[in-house]
Amino acid sequence: MATVTLKPTKVPELMLEGYTISPDTFAGKTPAQIAGLEGREGKIKVKLGDFFEVSGSPGKTATETDIVIAGDCSRVKYIGNKMTAGSITVNGNADMYVGGWMKGGRIHVTGNVHSFCGIAMEGGEILVDGKAENYVGCAYRGDWRGMRGGTIRIKGSAGNDIGTFMLGGTIIIEKDAFIHVSTHAEGGTVIIKGDVEGRVGGQMVKGDIFVLGKIKYMLPGFKKIATVEKEVDGVMATFDHYIGDLGERHPKSKGKEIFANLYVKAAA
Amino acid sequence: MSEFIIKNGHVFDPTQGIKGDKKDIAIKDGKIVDKVSGSAKTIDAKGKTVMAGAVEIHAHVAGPKVNVGRIYRPEDKLFTYMPKKGSQRMAGGFSIPTTFKTGYEYAKMGYTTAMEAAMPPLFSRHVHEEIRDTPIIDEGAYPVFGNNWFVLDYLKNDEIENTAAYIAWLLRATKGYAVKSVNPGGTEAWAWGLNCLSIHDPVPYFDITPAEITKGLMKANEFLGLPHSLHIHPNNLGNPGNYETTLDTLRLTEGMKAKNKFGREQVLHLTHTQFHSYGGTNWGDFESKAKEIMDFVNKAKNVTIDTGNVTLDETTTMTADGPFEHHLTELNHLKWANVDVELETAAGVVPYIYSPNISVCAIQWAIGLELGLMAKDPMRCYITTDHPNAGPFTRYPRVIKWLMSAKAREAQINAFKHKDKVVNQTSIAGIDRELSLYEIAQMTRAGPAKSLGLSSMIGGLKPGMDADVVVYNFNPDKPVAKPDDIEAAFQRAACVFKSGVQVVADGEIVSNGNKRTIWVDAKTKENPQVMRDIQEKFLKFYSMTQANYESIGHHFIPNPYAIEVDARS
Repeated sequence: MATVTLKPTKVPELMLEGYTISPDTFAGKTPAQIAGLEGREGKIKVKLGDFFEVSGSPGKTATETDIVIAGDCSRVKYIGNKMTAGSITVNGNADMYVGGWMKGGRIHVTGNVHSFCGIAMEGGEILVDGKAENYVGCAYRGDWRGMRGGTIRIKGSAGNDIGTFMLGGTIIIEKDAFIHVSTHAEGGTVIIKGDVEGRVGGQMVKGDIFVLGKIKYMLPGFKKIATVEKEVDGVMATFDHYIGDLGERHPKSKGKEIFANLYVKAAA
Repeated sequence: MSEFIIKNGHVFDPTQGIKGDKKDIAIKDGKIVDKVSGSAKTIDAKGKTVMAGAVEIHAHVAGPKVNVGRIYRPEDKLFTYMPKKGSQRMAGGFSIPTTFKTGYEYAKMGYTTAMEAAMPPLFSRHVHEEIRDTPIIDEGAYPVFGNNWFVLDYLKNDEIENTAAYIAWLLRATKGYAVKSVNPGGTEAWAWGLNCLSIHDPVPYFDITPAEITKGLMKANEFLGLPHSLHIHPNNLGNPGNYETTLDTLRLTEGMKAKNKFGREQVLHLTHTQFHSYGGTNWGDFESKAKEIMDFVNKAKNVTIDTGNVTLDETTTMTADGPFEHHLTELNHLKWANVDVELETAAGVVPYIYSPNISVCAIQWAIGLELGLMAKDPMRCYITTDHPNAGPFTRYPRVIKWLMSAKAREAQINAFKHKDKVVNQTSIAGIDRELSLYEIAQMTRAGPAKSLGLSSMIGGLKPGMDADVVVYNFNPDKPVAKPDDIEAAFQRAACVFKSGVQVVADGEIVSNGNKRTIWVDAKTKENPQVMRDIQEKFLKFYSMTQANYESIGHHFIPNPYAIEVDARS
């Protein structure tokens, strides 16, 4: 593997749209060519070299390319946009749309991420050591095709609208979440290890949600059908098993209606 | 204005019977002329195809339901926006492009005239504002009449003269071009939660049938002698077995004759025929009845059709057929918008994915092409995709490729997941006809222009006609190396003139041209009863005043072109 290091040299006055920061675009280029890649600051075209010092060199293909951003990217959006392979490590925070439309590879952010992390993701892995804002693994505005595959792990807490219109893949929030989890989902798994305020699984057709903490306000569209033992992300626990959203349409398979499953850790 | 001469191109012009002969086309002051002076700018078209500007007879490109599509489908615009460049504004969108992109894309393909297929009269101001903001191409709009309370009231008593007077008033008030009817009676029934699936289902409250509405609108249209005929989207769209409803509708034309001074011969234009040519009883035994439809159309000289080709894309369906859109959202579970337009019509919008992996979509694809390939008279069968319903208009070059190349069709058939079903339930695999460039020119230029009653103005290259001229990078003398070359040539014209102004050079927009709004000004005898009915309906039922209803003035129609019709005698 070959590593390219981007060292932040200047904080963008507006947000930098760094959609070219991806192993796919970097692969096979010289540091000078990478520094010359386009980005946008507001409506102005800029170069990556205006904001980063580029060192090291990438591999021939995306798979052989690791990118390390040695510093804070609180004002850089679209890191790893549409990437298919390789890896990106951000040593610090990142702004919105980290790993958006990602198909493969690995992104590790050691700080926090802003909203839309893993939007419409199809594959690969995103690991965030800090917390995430809203719209983790959600669909693009208006689209009914959200996250289809891959894994997002947020070690801290997350905000609203997690896994909206999710079709596949896994989202793990290790601490608390606020409202709207897996709204309209038709597949995939969301695991929340802390507490959730409410609106969990609204209009959900298919898929699974696990809550290892408490749900403060339960939706009326979910019905408890059993108490089950399950292992979730390495934790064995007893869950109350709910099905829903009973107000939504549900497909049939072998004559049986398929519901979404919501598992909430049973009171001890 | 300057002079131009397009030299040595292979000219295809059905209005003069020119089939690929090497000819020069001269342009002066916006018109085609016999010859120009030595100072004329020369365009070298050697080894290239030259045609008149293409004419779009049916597309949903402006107005409230198009805009509902734009607003509620941000995902249709994702990653499609192009920044402004030269004379081009920022533009984007795929199945429901922005007004600017609509104008640019039509022009780049060599289209210079387009008709908006369904204008809700109440929202004509919105339609005209969007038409105004669509650059380059001349446009007109068809107001919808098939579910209009005035029309239902008059035709219930067979009052043709009153219907005609109302049509003339409405065309003037809304600056409309032709009489459109969408699911006659069915959309009004939808306001009662019902539909009219056959031409004999009575409309609730009004107690009139779709057959009576259609027949009456045809009679009123010929009473006025409008340039275009009644333009119909018949009942029972998109359902297996609906070809019988379509044939019932077509039979209403029997014995009717066109009466007008525009050279139009048909009394009915049947639109997006693909959606109306279905056999079978459900989606499992769904099959093509294109042959049955075309057997009728080929014989009926007083009927024209357009195809409504499915292009196998993700698109946005939108129609004034409100009940159909509800039916569709129940099938595909995608987002649904529904609007009622008081007294007049309604509309629905639902996204749709025509997937090559779904047998129904593949059969629909085949039916659309069968219609074009079974047409004996290409002057009466036109290429459309019912944009955006069966696919975006930007796919016309691809449809042309499929119509011109059996090899391209075969490749697509082989790529279908349910190939056997397509082969068994349609006759597409057994058709080896390949349309010629001359036939394509008939189906996209001379034919639609004639059907619209505009054959003296557009759709041909006769001296005196508007100088809408297109040069394509396509050499008809050479064998086609690969079918995709056809598509590429028609997607980006080498050169396009619109009314004598060069608007496209090397596939790029170079000017915003001199766009016009075409409308029909029909003069009728004074009709105090109709005028009183209009006043009364505005007082009693409409939520706006008559003064706020009409589309008048520079803001809405900055560059009008009125076609005058005198129906006073």
